[in-house]
Amino acid sequence: MAANPSSGVSETRPGFWGWLNRRLPVDTFIKSQLTGYYAPKNFNIWYYFGSLALLVLVLQLVTGIFLTMFYKVGESTSFDSVEYIMREVDYGWLLRYLHTTGASAFFIVVYLHMFRAFLYGSYRKPRELLWLFGMAVYLALMAEAFMGYVLPWGNMSFWGAQVIVNLFGTIPGIGPGLVEWIRGDYGIADATLNRFFALHVAAVPLGLLLLVVLHLVSLHETGSNNPDGIEIKDRKGADGKPLDGIPFHPYYTVKDVFGVAVFFVLFAIVVFFVPTLGGLFLESPNFEPANPMSTPEHIAPVWYFTPFYAILRAVPDQRLGALLMLLAVMAFVFVPWLDGSPVKSIRYKGWMSRAALTLFAIAFVALGYLGLQPAEGLYVMLARIFAVIYFAFFILMPFYTRLERCKPVPERVVYHAH
Amino acid sequence: MADQAVVAGDSVDLSRRKFLTRAAIATGAVGAAFAAVPFIESWAPSERARAQGAPAELDISKLEGGQMAITIWRKQPIYVVRRTPDMVARIAGHDAELKDPTSKYSDQPAYAKNTDRSRSPEVLVLVGICTHLGCLPKQRFSAGELYPSWPGGFFCPCHGSRFDLAGRVFDGSPASINLRVPPYYYPKPTTLVIGADEKGVA
Repeated sequence: MAANPSSGVSETRPGFWGWLNRRLPVDTFIKSQLTGYYAPKNFNIWYYFGSLALLVLVLQLVTGIFLTMFYKVGESTSFDSVEYIMREVDYGWLLRYLHTTGASAFFIVVYLHMFRAFLYGSYRKPRELLWLFGMAVYLALMAEAFMGYVLPWGNMSFWGAQVIVNLFGTIPGIGPGLVEWIRGDYGIADATLNRFFALHVAAVPLGLLLLVVLHLVSLHETGSNNPDGIEIKDRKGADGKPLDGIPFHPYYTVKDVFGVAVFFVLFAIVVFFVPTLGGLFLESPNFEPANPMSTPEHIAPVWYFTPFYAILRAVPDQRLGALLMLLAVMAFVFVPWLDGSPVKSIRYKGWMSRAALTLFAIAFVALGYLGLQPAEGLYVMLARIFAVIYFAFFILMPFYTRLERCKPVPERVVYHAH
Repeated sequence: MADQAVVAGDSVDLSRRKFLTRAAIATGAVGAAFAAVPFIESWAPSERARAQGAPAELDISKLEGGQMAITIWRKQPIYVVRRTPDMVARIAGHDAELKDPTSKYSDQPAYAKNTDRSRSPEVLVLVGICTHLGCLPKQRFSAGELYPSWPGGFFCPCHGSRFDLAGRVFDGSPASINLRVPPYYYPKPTTLVIGADEKGVA
């Protein structure tokens, strides 16, 4: 073997493949990242959502590129061009519904992916940076989804933009000037729509792709966590391979393909039969054009933002409300340093961590529901209660993770052959 | 390591090299900051947007007592309400329920920093944008319309902020300050100009 022994391609290998590999490390890459990348053998159903998120990203890029071929940005053309796509472009309705359903699907798989990290402590050392890149992906995704929702220039687009952009106005001192700068006008206007379009189709997707690459590179550096929260790299066989690891390809590529098939069945049901999902994925006020002179009776963001929106509305002070909303999102960033448990996985944590995570999940879903309801009476009271539970989960984490009695962690991963 | 190899027998002044590196980085950073200015400035309201934000004129001769006219200035709805003597009377008497009864923390020209928040009590001029998050408050002018002690005013349907007939915010609303009053003046008794006053154009 000559210059590049790890690639398995000899310098004298004839043919196109040899020629290619002497110029581009294709084989080396496949070996290091797929066939020679060892992942724990005890992955369960929670480990489908990372690859599904990648799938949805590709779906959004492809459908998004095609939508830009027919969409015309501008306050007098945006709404009409979306209707044009829906009614007159061949399969335009399908492209748009794939994109709108894809947006919600993105958040579903990302929320489940994040919940998996909470279950098995995937954010713990040495994966803190991996978690932070994931959080950055999540924030970029929120910006992307928000600006995408403005583009059809329906009435909910307009008023959603109004409410969200005005959140920046609550920053002391620079707030009002900052809002004017973001809008590029004295109200949400053509200038705002135009720059959101540029950010939505170019700037944010580029950033998102870069962050996803960083997320994956740091994942492949540390290796995957697993449902037992044990480092498989600590126990290697005579060949230097982890005893509890299996090559990502073909084992997990095949598993993920199965996940993709199941996902597409569910996805297709929504796209073809209930694309608006009763107002959850596409809200009815957005089927009328933007009207700066008429606020929809009831403004609610799309479901994936409602947990945070409920917190915003639960606070009877605008600055504090906006601050708590921001903290609710940013709280995830600190989790690697809040969790002080001697074990990673919920399997071996004590009853307090289990109870806390259960309550948190309930509070998150409940806030999501309350954010869709009008801000009055009992709904506001409940939102306050669940907001307290939401924050208590994070604030008390350093205490309950250290106080509780954990179960002994096994030496090897728990695995039952089928 | 490499440094030593390059100049064998001659010593390298590492501190000088470090200084030059840092100076080059600092110069580059300053240059990058200056280069960023045009990109950032491009987001400010354009000349066209500023021209379209010129003062707006409204004829209020046909505005009857208890009626509200909505006009637009700088893409914002401007509420102009002709208050009846009864409505003016209903501004008083609930100061204790307000967050900012004297408009100390709110945004208005000096001539509107009074109880009825206007140049003259008969006409109320407000920016019709909720100071919470920018929805349009709805008119609920009749006494008791929202609840028995309601003195009349505005109600924001988005997050439930309540304002009285002078645009002052009630306690328990998510909005923290009163509805804004734009600069305005009357060149003639029946003509209202929004966006300018004695001090000039806003």
